[in-house]
Amino acid sequence: MTDALWTVILALLSAGLIFAFLRLARGPYLPDRVIALDLISILAMGFIVAYAVRFNQPNFLDVAIILAIISFLGTVAFAYYLERRV
Amino acid sequence: MLSEILVMALMLAGAFFMFLAGIGMMRMPDLFLRMSSTAKAGTLGAGLLLLAAAIHFGDFAITTRVLAIIVFLMLTAPVAAHMIGRAAYFDGVPLWKGTVRDDLRGHYRASTHALETDSIPEEDRLPDEAGFEVRKPDLDR
Repeated sequence: MTDALWTVILALLSAGLIFAFLRLARGPYLPDRVIALDLISILAMGFIVAYAVRFNQPNFLDVAIILAIISFLGTVAFAYYLERRV
Repeated sequence: MLSEILVMALMLAGAFFMFLAGIGMMRMPDLFLRMSSTAKAGTLGAGLLLLAAAIHFGDFAITTRVLAIIVFLMLTAPVAAHMIGRAAYFDGVPLWKGTVRDDLRGHYRASTHALETDSIPEEDRLPDEAGFEVRKPDLDR
């Protein structure tokens, strides 16, 4: 029962990741790609948290903290670059 | 046993909201609608997953860490979305053709990069200011 639920959880996260990646590939504008990257990093964080619980490894949560910070800084940097470009 | 059920339910809900964020990213018609769907659904999904992790481990140090991530996400996601939306609007990304209202139209002075309350004369606006006319997708700009 629990195994089936884990399959569903990871499948849902993977599907979200695939959709976000399709948007990253399709664009059509640069900001579309930036928000797709932002969503991908949040989804990767979700993956890490899910794996931390699945394999009982609380140390993985530190990676999630770093990823959250990096993704915010990256998005802000992209926004700054876009605003300067105009 | 009870906490195990709670953890699985929260995990499932979080994964589902993240899936919805992916669907919104794919299906929404323009950048601003996409952003509104992903910023909210993505943050809620990540928050639920992290809450499930906090309940699963049930340790004070880990719970503190998890709450710190949740607070950080809830503080930064709207800020990041706002900055990207602002930059994209002034970059000339077109709105969806079904858009009813555009309050920023005609209030951006291109020479100073500033918003003003009074209406800006035509010649000082951006040449392709976001509006209802369609701009070509940029591949190499």
